[in-house]
Amino acid sequence: MKYTYIIKGLDCANCAMQLENEIKQVKGIQNAVINFFTEKLIIECNEENKDEVINTMKKVIKKENPDVTIEEI
Amino acid sequence: MKNKVIKIVLSIILFVIAIIIPFPNELINNCIFALSYIIVGYEIIRKATRNIFRGKVFDENFLMTVATIGAFVIGEFPEATMVMVFYQIGEVFQNYAVNKSRKSIASLMEIKPDFANVIREDNEEKVNPEEVKIGEIIVVKPGEKVALDGIVIEGDSMLDTIALTGESVPRKANIGNEILSGCINLNGLLKIQVTKQYIDSTVSKILDLVENASSRKSKSENFISKFAKYYTPIVVMIAVILAIIPPILTEETFSDWIYRALSFLVVSCPCALVISVPLSFFGGIGGAAKLGILIKGSNYLEALANTEIVVLDKTGTLTEGVFEVQKIHTEINENEFIKIAAHAEHYSNHPIADSIKKYYGKEIDEEIIEGAEELSGLGLSVNIEGKNILIGNEKLMIQNNIEYIKCEEVGTVVYMSIDKKFAGYILISDKIKDDSEIAIKELRKNNVKQIIMLTGDRKNVGEDVAKKLKLDRVYTELLPADKVEKVEELLKEKTEKGKVVFCGDGLNDAPVLALADLGIAMGGLGADAAIEASDIVIMTDELLKIVKAIKLAKKNMRIVRQNIVFAIGVKILVLILSVIGSATMWEAVFADVGVSIIAIINSLRMLSVKKV
Repeated sequence: MKYTYIIKGLDCANCAMQLENEIKQVKGIQNAVINFFTEKLIIECNEENKDEVINTMKKVIKKENPDVTIEEI
Repeated sequence: MKNKVIKIVLSIILFVIAIIIPFPNELINNCIFALSYIIVGYEIIRKATRNIFRGKVFDENFLMTVATIGAFVIGEFPEATMVMVFYQIGEVFQNYAVNKSRKSIASLMEIKPDFANVIREDNEEKVNPEEVKIGEIIVVKPGEKVALDGIVIEGDSMLDTIALTGESVPRKANIGNEILSGCINLNGLLKIQVTKQYIDSTVSKILDLVENASSRKSKSENFISKFAKYYTPIVVMIAVILAIIPPILTEETFSDWIYRALSFLVVSCPCALVISVPLSFFGGIGGAAKLGILIKGSNYLEALANTEIVVLDKTGTLTEGVFEVQKIHTEINENEFIKIAAHAEHYSNHPIADSIKKYYGKEIDEEIIEGAEELSGLGLSVNIEGKNILIGNEKLMIQNNIEYIKCEEVGTVVYMSIDKKFAGYILISDKIKDDSEIAIKELRKNNVKQIIMLTGDRKNVGEDVAKKLKLDRVYTELLPADKVEKVEELLKEKTEKGKVVFCGDGLNDAPVLALADLGIAMGGLGADAAIEASDIVIMTDELLKIVKAIKLAKKNMRIVRQNIVFAIGVKILVLILSVIGSATMWEAVFADVGVSIIAIINSLRMLSVKKV
């Protein structure tokens, strides 16, 4: 399943790319794309353990860049 | 953002005060500088301290903090403050630029429908488009967006398709017409039977495509991120060496070399490139989308700029793909001639007959038609108003010993006789699109070396089109598999950097679209397979849009190159000047923020697509 989030607080396209790479490493996430300009984060993961995966992802984001907030749409 | 601007202004005022007013004690001036510095730099210092604990030493906030605090330590108060002020001005400007381009793309995203009025149990319900199932009926009122693809079953209206196609002329929608989600209904009320779920509908396909465009990065963008990865650590390392080694080896003071090293830190951020290069790609893709050209990633935009060979499909790409009456030659009155021909062909449903009837365009009076008889492989024999009409191919004339004038042009020719006397002929062929000729010329102007046509059509028809459009080569009578083979040959033929672009309507050339360096699907509206197989989708079927796309790509690559050369050039220059001691921190901060701003302004040019 694909899930889309609004991602705010990124400073530049390069930071977006770094964060994207970090998110891709999260176990359970098959693919992640951050579009810096549309402020969207799209991830692909299985439906069953979604909550767990999303929580880990949030932690990773918090660690990588504390100013970034995400909100599911 | 507003806050930041206020802080910057406040800090500049303090800075100016500290510079122009000669306070009796220099300490007061320095305190004002420090205050000015803290106002503008607090945020940066806060982020920097936080980042150190997370092991991010090469973070730009950290570098700026070190550079400015270092300047304070060696007593360069005005420099320290000004570097921070400039840095923040640069940040504000970057924000502004990013927001501006975000807004410009937002209008593109507005095609997303928020709701659908679906009819359930005779009631109209407002629901999320994703909840509507295939076969359900939705109502679209004037001013509303069409939420799902479907077929009109009631009502007629005009549709605004500008967001999808860049085409400002509204389209008609009548009963039986297929209509696409993302259009805006202008006047009438439409009832539409849904044919696709929201997730497969045109609008969601387009949105998906635009949003995912950033996942396919261009070589330039990858170069920049690699550059950024190595540039900063190298510059910082040199700075450390500069601060320590020369003062030990020579008699010069530490503070002199530390000052030079600090200038290094100021230019160590690759911001100018990191922001401006992706920004121009983003602007280019967004600008193209506004013209109805969807580019699936910046790598494709980059490749498009190096187009060397353009391979075009004939039917539907260079030609209209519909058969039309091209020429009438007659011995009698032309109106009378076409009237008889249309009546004679009335009961035939051959596409050729349809095009004659369409050309006639008036009601058929069935009462004047008698005894229509089909002559297999030849044509028809019909009695109209008591006269015997023979209408069909050349053989029909020969068999009946009718003296006729042979049509020398290429296409399908229909000959007709009245009471065994030759009356004239009608030339029917697929019409070359109005803009094909200009588009071919424009392609050549844009450095396309070869323009080649592939077609499954007969040799004489294909060669005729190629000759008229002055194409370099033409391959005719090809099966889909042959097309693949030809494109493979062309891929071997091209130069290393050049790209082979294939352009077709996507109906049966999906394999070729995928095989070419760049596959462009034309008339992408509604053709799912084409959208999926191609790299670039042109929503309308105008060939000129390809030219526009190439021009846009070239402009984009020019801007990217300018920015890379300019930014790296200035930075290296300042680095060298800093080492030999002739550049101050002022030059360094210009090299950083000034270059960044100039590069961004340059990139923003991609947002104005009209000038392409």
